[in-house]
Amino acid sequence: MKFRVERDVLAEAVAWTARSIPTRPGTLPQLSGIKMATRSDGLTLSGFDYETSAQVTLLADIADDGEVLVSGRLLADIARALPNQPVDVALDGAKLSLTCGSSRFSLQTMPVEDYPALPDMPEVAGGIDGDVFAAAVAQAATAAGRDDMLPVLTGVKLEIDGQRLSLLATDRFRLSLREIEWRPGQSDLSASALVPARVLADTTRSLGAGSQLNIALAAGGSGGLAGDGLIGFESTSGNGTRRTTTRLIEGAFPNVRQLFPNTSDISAQLEVASLVDAVKRVSLVAGRNTPIRLSFTDVMVTLEAGNGEEAFASESLECTLVGEEISIGFNPSYLLDGLSAISGSHVHIAMTQPARPAAFASMNAPDAQPDLDFRYLLMPLRMQG
Amino acid sequence: MTADDTGCTILHVDMDAFYASVAIRDRPELQGQPVIVGGGNRGVVLSATYAARQSGVRSAMPMTRARRLCPRALVIAPDFEQFSTVSSAIMETFRSVTPLVEPLSMDEAFLEVKGSLRRFDSSTRIGEHLRARIADEQRITCSVGVAATTQVAKLASRRAKPDGLVVVPHDEVTAFLHPLAVEELWGVGEKTAAQLHRLGLRTVGDIAHTQVSIMQRALGPVVGARVHAMAWGSDQHTIIARRGADEPEHSIGADETFSRDVDDAAIVLRELLRLSTKVAARMRKACVKGRTVTIRVRFYDFTTFTRSRTLRDATDLTPEIYATAAGLFSALGLQRARIRMVGVRVENLCDSATATRQLLLGERQHGWEDAERAVDRAVHRFGGAAVRPATLLKTSRP
Repeated sequence: MKFRVERDVLAEAVAWTARSIPTRPGTLPQLSGIKMATRSDGLTLSGFDYETSAQVTLLADIADDGEVLVSGRLLADIARALPNQPVDVALDGAKLSLTCGSSRFSLQTMPVEDYPALPDMPEVAGGIDGDVFAAAVAQAATAAGRDDMLPVLTGVKLEIDGQRLSLLATDRFRLSLREIEWRPGQSDLSASALVPARVLADTTRSLGAGSQLNIALAAGGSGGLAGDGLIGFESTSGNGTRRTTTRLIEGAFPNVRQLFPNTSDISAQLEVASLVDAVKRVSLVAGRNTPIRLSFTDVMVTLEAGNGEEAFASESLECTLVGEEISIGFNPSYLLDGLSAISGSHVHIAMTQPARPAAFASMNAPDAQPDLDFRYLLMPLRMQG
Repeated sequence: MTADDTGCTILHVDMDAFYASVAIRDRPELQGQPVIVGGGNRGVVLSATYAARQSGVRSAMPMTRARRLCPRALVIAPDFEQFSTVSSAIMETFRSVTPLVEPLSMDEAFLEVKGSLRRFDSSTRIGEHLRARIADEQRITCSVGVAATTQVAKLASRRAKPDGLVVVPHDEVTAFLHPLAVEELWGVGEKTAAQLHRLGLRTVGDIAHTQVSIMQRALGPVVGARVHAMAWGSDQHTIIARRGADEPEHSIGADETFSRDVDDAAIVLRELLRLSTKVAARMRKACVKGRTVTIRVRFYDFTTFTRSRTLRDATDLTPEIYATAAGLFSALGLQRARIRMVGVRVENLCDSATATRQLLLGERQHGWEDAERAVDRAVHRFGGAAVRPATLLKTSRP
């Protein structure tokens, strides 16, 4: 095997592939490697941890075909540090040599036949703008659970209904719902997938920027791995094609959509940035599991938090309230999570009672219609009394 | 009363036959009679009056043996709630004298009284004051040891039993200690004693007159040095004020020793439910909630496992405590292991009034909280068996 590739192209491709390499390969040392192979359409780099696979195909001057497995961590470190000149890579016996300018590296290879086959990319179901999708995933993943005891809740549920793509996540305390348009391959496509939230957010972020994204789906039983459903993402840019697949979470995601209340008696609107700042300040004194209390009157909301006798803080902000006055307490970080996912200048908060959930939505201007494409539903944190 | 207690600022106060004394304090006809507190088929003696002890009955002795030794003794089932109440009251009495009270168990504590001497004149006075107050308020007797160190004070109170006070003056410590058998030293159990006997060391004086290096070679560098120092009446133990394990501020728990070893998980789980119900009710009564649920499982061979899990929110509800306890038990992955005892305990307690709860999406507005309060009211009115989980109905405990 022998090829020449631009340093930046190589470094970027290696760094991206290395993300899916397990940090502790345990009994499978071959998984700590990146597989390099030459094909008719160029050079491919592969990484895999049995959950998530990453494969990038890039243009290279190929002098001699072949494939090789080398330490991914080492390759990523080297590629990042190389001077900005073309890199010559050649297999020399059991060693891989990298030459770039006057730097030379020689790396021990691992037996390439031990490397597992990557799952096949499922059939492409449709496409979407990478930036739009990454932003939507970031918003939806806000409410995803982190408790491994409840694996179903650590996922983001993707629901496809024709051109409508919905992303849902909940940890039982809050719920986020993002709805976007996409381009399905078939206009009547109906499908769903439960994707690990952390992997989805990482993947879309790293694939995103300026590219078109193809989403591919395989239901359980037909994917590359026996019995499990698979989702794949594919993006093409000037530097080549990136494909990644990840295993879906098994189990039934709860039917949470109906939890959004249809009507609310009370609604408040506030400027997001000043509310976020005030919440951050006041919650400094909130003890573990103590609420930040929001008391709404016609023109003002007062934020209060305290930690027993030890400390107390309060701050007031302008707000517009429709309906009766209400006082409601939230976990400060859950409140901040929701507010940070609001994209508009103002937030619309719909409430009914102090022990019932509050629904947050974005508004692009004061008194505008709330934008229901992203909604965040948050249960209060109550004093037990 | 003439003993010189200068510098002797540590008191060890130990109730005399605590469980037995409390059990008979309202029954004057049993004064002076042999009475044993304990229970169950396989129960052990928790405590015995001095009349029963004369027949050879000792604490921790199997009940069957105790009955053989003293057939005419009256056996009374323990009432732990009452013991706990009396214990808390006694600890409060101690704290009225000095804040530095270190409870060792329900019925004994160390007191550091250096700071109270101005008020009480002497350590001996304090000891007599406490003895009089406890006899007056609780109608039980106790014994007090007064010395310069905890170890000597503890030995002194044993010497004072029953119903007495012994001072070991500073310059008589060695004369007091050296004739004692090595087993009397605090921390010298059967194993250590056997090692010492092998070296020909039978009395504390023998240890004192053996080189430290030899002691260290025999017992290890730390224990060897400590035992040697104790033989000369010095120990490093300082009194730390804390709450006793059985006082409600610390934790609330209950356990059950099965009358026969159990290997059926369903029975163990049912017992965990019963204990959770009991613990939750006690917590609500004490107006506390807790975040950490601990289970204890003791096997037929007395090996004991403890497992705990901390919840996100403090709770005093049976279903939450039970679900956590049952989850911990299942996680042990036992395959028909023979279990002797299980216990459920809730720690990390806080005042109910300050506890918060993150509500769940879609949860009912009136949930377990209200149900359990209704149960409490029914139980308060109609007695303990009025309302309980259906799983616990019509089942005689094994």
